[in-house]
Amino acid sequence: MTASWNRIPRVEHAAEVALGWRGRALPDVPRPLLAHGLGRSYGDVCLNPEASLLHTPGLDRFVAFDAATGRMTAEAGVSLDALLRFAVPRGWFPPVVPGTRFVTLGGAVANDVHGKNHHQAGSFGDHVRALTLRRSDGQVLEVTPENTPDWFAATVGGLGLTGLIETVTLQLAPIRSAWMRAWSQRFDSLDAFWELNTQSEREWPYTVAWIDCLNPGAGGRVGRGIYSGGRHATTAPRKDAWHERRRSIPLDPPVSLVNRLTLRAFNHLYYRQPVHATPRAVHHLPWLFPLDAIRHWNRIYGHNGFYQYQCVLPPAASKDGVQALLDAIAASGQGSFLAVLKTFGDRAAPGLLSFPRPGATLALDFPEKGRDTERLFARLDAIVQEAGGALYPAKDARMPTDVFRQGFPRWEAFAEYVDPEFSSGFWRRVTA
Amino acid sequence: MNPMKNVVLFGATSAIASAVARELVDTGARLFCVARDGEALEALLADLRVRGDDPDGARILGATADLADIDGHAAIWQQAQEALGEVDSVLLAWGTLPDQAACNASVDETLEAIHVNGTSAIALLARIAPDFEARGRGVIAAIGSVAGDRGRQSNYAYGTAKGMLAIYLQGLRNRLFFSGVDVVTLKPGFVRTPMTEGFNRAGALWAEPETVARGIIRAMHRGRDVAYLPGKWWVIMTIIRLIPEYLFKRLKL
Ligand SMILES: Cc1cc2nc3c(=O)[nH]c(=O)nc-3n(C[C@H](O)[C@H](O)[C@H](O)COP(=O)(O)OP(=O)(O)OC[C@H]3O[C@@H](n4cnc5c(N)ncnc54)[C@H](O)[C@@H]3O)c2cc1C
Ligand SMILES: NC(=O)c1ccc[n+]([C@@H]2O[C@H](COP(=O)([O-])OP(=O)(O)OC[C@H]3O[C@@H](n4cnc5c(N)ncnc54)[C@H](OP(=O)(O)O)[C@@H]3O)[C@@H](O)[C@H]2O)c1
Repeated sequence: MTASWNRIPRVEHAAEVALGWRGRALPDVPRPLLAHGLGRSYGDVCLNPEASLLHTPGLDRFVAFDAATGRMTAEAGVSLDALLRFAVPRGWFPPVVPGTRFVTLGGAVANDVHGKNHHQAGSFGDHVRALTLRRSDGQVLEVTPENTPDWFAATVGGLGLTGLIETVTLQLAPIRSAWMRAWSQRFDSLDAFWELNTQSEREWPYTVAWIDCLNPGAGGRVGRGIYSGGRHATTAPRKDAWHERRRSIPLDPPVSLVNRLTLRAFNHLYYRQPVHATPRAVHHLPWLFPLDAIRHWNRIYGHNGFYQYQCVLPPAASKDGVQALLDAIAASGQGSFLAVLKTFGDRAAPGLLSFPRPGATLALDFPEKGRDTERLFARLDAIVQEAGGALYPAKDARMPTDVFRQGFPRWEAFAEYVDPEFSSGFWRRVTA
Repeated sequence: MNPMKNVVLFGATSAIASAVARELVDTGARLFCVARDGEALEALLADLRVRGDDPDGARILGATADLADIDGHAAIWQQAQEALGEVDSVLLAWGTLPDQAACNASVDETLEAIHVNGTSAIALLARIAPDFEARGRGVIAAIGSVAGDRGRQSNYAYGTAKGMLAIYLQGLRNRLFFSGVDVVTLKPGFVRTPMTEGFNRAGALWAEPETVARGIIRAMHRGRDVAYLPGKWWVIMTIIRLIPEYLFKRLKL
């Protein structure tokens, strides 16, 4: 049974097919279809209940690479992990990476993913130069931002609904080292965060903050945390070798290991971890993908799974809105291991349904607690809607229709491009 | 001398051979890839050329051929030798997993299964052996299967072909030993490839093609006689071979 990363919802599919080669007709399985990459979405954008999934990781070939310009064309099932292995030793880096490298290029396009460098680099789609898109009527469209801007805007951030992306042409960014220079610093309130952020975003290409959403900081309000910034280094340290010490959660614990006690302790310890105000050398893998060192970390939530809640609030409403969200979470007594706060840059994202937009984005995970969780989310939704914000479809298993439509006002224009033989659990849910 | 410098892969678009090819391009090997599907071959070659920093295809080459067509063997072997200049080793990797029920219902299906997986491979081995024998070095490797170790009701047409291939390789190994050529029989267990799609592939007995590929390259480097891949299959198959036939015939395997 194929599930998404948070294991909610649990659904059955009519058929699941592993694709092996590009350039072939779509398989003869029950319609509608949906591509499924590495299932790192937290919800049903990558699921197609009672219908069919096309697994893309077998489309894992490079197609062409220009070593002089760093332009890479690859099949859509190539993972960022594979791309990094190829590109880093050759002095190139994916221009945008999410918090895990185990995503496919197709998935990165379809959710128009963002990384810690959004304020300088924009989203993944900003670096896509071309796509090939297979439609159910047999056409294969060569989609580029110049020649077919409408199809490009629909397919980038298009949640897999415009058809099967077979290849992606991506402009890589030059680097001079596999290492980074990174620093971190504690802040004791959201005010302190905003101050630090304005300063750091100007100087550091990668920035992100972790928030302790359980233990109050200055003034007795929730909002303390750790800010970090980084950039690609120009040199490697003397001891250049780095080996990932991989750990794995081997199986589901009988009960979720995430409860009030462990959450409070974790947040407290995390806040107290040593910080390094002076930039030091760190390898790009642990710095950009800290969770990738623990395979199957999603299992700590047990069989019931968990939710991610990621929203973006426009700039004018960011300060008050983020504080209101954190206060509501603290008041609910439900907390998150990983509350991540970051501001997006000002550029408009390329896709009709792209999530990144100017403002602040807050991402949190919550154990599945039935009605309590529902009530908390309703409260958070109200704050997001009031602020004129949006929720991230890639991290959603439950947003109500009106929240979607308000957050993605161009959804009807987008719907024109949806392939009549493609659909997803998410799409049926928010357009029902 | 590196026996994996100039390598010909027959059935190169198979998941296992593709994984072998990816490993080899990293070592600077020169490859000649033979596959029957032209588009798939082009996709494979393009991928290998990117990985091997060989955009112009100077060391990563290939051609199409239906390897069940024995009459075409001489030409494709000739072409491979001319392209690489010199061939250090070959890997035979093509195959199909026939539907045993269909074979039970049809003599033609049975013979076809044995031809694709057995006779056609033997024909190619017989074709190329004299060239290796004359040069007095190199490695000839072919992918058999654990299924060739014992006939089972569920896939004995395939098992027959792979078993026949193994015995042919045994004889060839004996013959070529005296001219310094290594003959390697590779016996993978269960591998997650398109061939086995649709099987329930959960569990510790299932391996990834990359794992098997690394085992293949190691076995060819060392000139191993027979390599079970992964190695634990040697233990499993030894036990299976030891079960007396009067018991074995009663098992639903
Ligand atoms: C630990 C962790 C950290 C994360 N951090 C971030 C982050 O910082 N920023 C961020 O933006 N996201 C983040 N994510 C989410 C993740 O980047 C996205 O969900 C991504 O799209 C997952 O890619 P995938 O290959 O697993 O695709 P899937 O989850 O399998 O699918 C995602 C969508 O892509 C579509 N799709 C996949 N392949 C194709 C194709 N070939 N053709 C057409 N459509 C296709 C699917 O239909 C689906 O709609 C994180 C996820 C995890 C688990
Ligand atoms: N997967 C397993 O569990 C397993 C176990 C033991 C042994 N093996 C053996 O491993 C080898 C590789 O198989 P695989 O698992 O990697 O499966 P695969 O990906 O399905 O590869 C099989 C390949 O054989 C090719 N082929 C079939 N008939 C051919 C012909 N007449 N001429 C040329 N090519 C032909 C196919 O080409 P097309 O794409 O054109 O059809 C395909 O590329 C096979 O010999 C198989 O028997 C596999």
